[in-house]
Amino acid sequence: MDFLNALVMLTNFVIIPASVYGAQLALGALAITLIYSILRFSNFAHGDSMAFGTVVTIGVTALFQSWGLHLGPLPTALIALPFGVIATALLMIGTDIAVYRFYRVKRAAPIVFVMASMGVMFVMNGVVRFLAGTKDISFDDGVRFVIKAAEFKKWSGLDQPLALRSTSLITLVVAVAVVAWLFWFLGKTRTGKSMRAFSDNEDLALLSGIAPNRVVMVTWAIVALLTTTAGVLYGLDKAYSPFTYFQLLLPTFAAAIVGGLGSPLGAIAGGFVVAFSEVVVTYVWKQVAAYLLPAALEPTSLMQIMSTEYKVAVSFAILVVVLLFKPTGLFKGQSV
Amino acid sequence: MTEPFLIGETMTGGYGRGPDILHSCTISVDPGQIAVIVGPNGAGKSTAMKAIFGMLNVRSGSVRLAGEDITKLTPQERVMKGMGFVPQVRNIFPSMTVEENLEMGGFIRTDDFRDTMEQIYSLFPILRDKRHQAAGELSGGQRQQVAVGRALMTKPKVLLLDEPTAGVSPVVMDELFDRIIEVSRTGIPILMVEQNAKQALAIADRAYVLVQGANAHTGTGADLLADPEVRRSFLGG
Repeated sequence: MDFLNALVMLTNFVIIPASVYGAQLALGALAITLIYSILRFSNFAHGDSMAFGTVVTIGVTALFQSWGLHLGPLPTALIALPFGVIATALLMIGTDIAVYRFYRVKRAAPIVFVMASMGVMFVMNGVVRFLAGTKDISFDDGVRFVIKAAEFKKWSGLDQPLALRSTSLITLVVAVAVVAWLFWFLGKTRTGKSMRAFSDNEDLALLSGIAPNRVVMVTWAIVALLTTTAGVLYGLDKAYSPFTYFQLLLPTFAAAIVGGLGSPLGAIAGGFVVAFSEVVVTYVWKQVAAYLLPAALEPTSLMQIMSTEYKVAVSFAILVVVLLFKPTGLFKGQSV
Repeated sequence: MTEPFLIGETMTGGYGRGPDILHSCTISVDPGQIAVIVGPNGAGKSTAMKAIFGMLNVRSGSVRLAGEDITKLTPQERVMKGMGFVPQVRNIFPSMTVEENLEMGGFIRTDDFRDTMEQIYSLFPILRDKRHQAAGELSGGQRQQVAVGRALMTKPKVLLLDEPTAGVSPVVMDELFDRIIEVSRTGIPILMVEQNAKQALAIADRAYVLVQGANAHTGTGADLLADPEVRRSFLGG
């Protein structure tokens, strides 16, 4: 019984939240890795693109709600999401034409692109705050729980509750669907293959008649899909907040680098590595230990390695360790 | 004399705004032929080929394909006109499978290219066995076959090979030369830059020895192999 209680507790407070957060990070890390391998720079405007897509989705959601349009038990934001993706894609392609294309034609060094993306980041930061203000916004309007804590306790007879929020389940399902589509697209379609060819060997891709501008546009569109989806899922699960989204830049980059920049599989693995590390390091293990250990060994401290406010430090630490000992990441990406 | 199928005539030029590397250099090839460019290191062999392919500023002279002046065209446009080019290095898509490499070679084709792929597999049987393997995991000789196969996917009217045997063992080199002869038997004229002068001259219908960016000797491969001066200066006696 103690063991089951420990297991339920672990599932409820570690496995479910970390998986959901991991899926959100993985989507973001995929976007980072795509830009890195095809456009060849690290996009610092990532967090604010996420915020932009989410803000548009929130706006469209509000509009749909005012029309009385809804998805029943599912959040209305899911039907607003495609509009957020389209708006973000248009914004990104516009940014590319206005900013990045200039440097691409000049064949500027990657660091120049990174600095340019930082400028884009500041501008988007402002645009997003102009559109939706600086306050947190909750926009989840569906059924709140798939498994309710009290019902689970009654059903199982355990002391520990288990709750599964519907946004958690939606996050996992949508993330799996988007990732599956992305791998199918990159692996099976002509356009997807031409993107991989462009990433592998740009000169040879040009010689083979692959049009670089088309590859770039499609890449931005896919990046818009990934970032907006990640942002909306994160916002449904927690809440939209411009500052938090900006801060997601660090764990997302950590995820992409841990997995190996340029490797899509690595980005997904990296997302989960970072998410699980953050949750495990900041979780209070006292009660789980109390269930599992004999009474004599019951811990007196909280058994929390690091307090939650410092969770960003986990991403930093992971980054440092990976760059010191395995700069190409888990899945043999490019070293930075 | 009739106009050769592909000719770079009295080409003078260099990279970007840099100094001239080629000095009225003339290279040509006709259908059914293998033409090779040999010469000492730094003689401008690869440069001459790149000039023909449009990767160089040709300041005077011209490049003509089947009588048409293509001097001003970009490399991509020359591919559309029917030129196939295999660079010396970075000539495959390493993370993609052999079959995907060939598909990318045929990217500009709008018709069904499965026949062409089938022909390439029969020219290079090893590629058929490794079709689902990443090209970057293959041996040096096999990669070169992928590279040549990729260029053949557009059904080019002429094939340019830049040092196809660079960095492979002598055994593999012999095999690659055999394959190149087979490709040429399908009727495609081949222009090739080679480091291994003796072997290259042995299979050449037409050969150019370049020295400091200019033509030093021109003739059939056999002529040049027999020429005492060429033997003394370039072939080690």
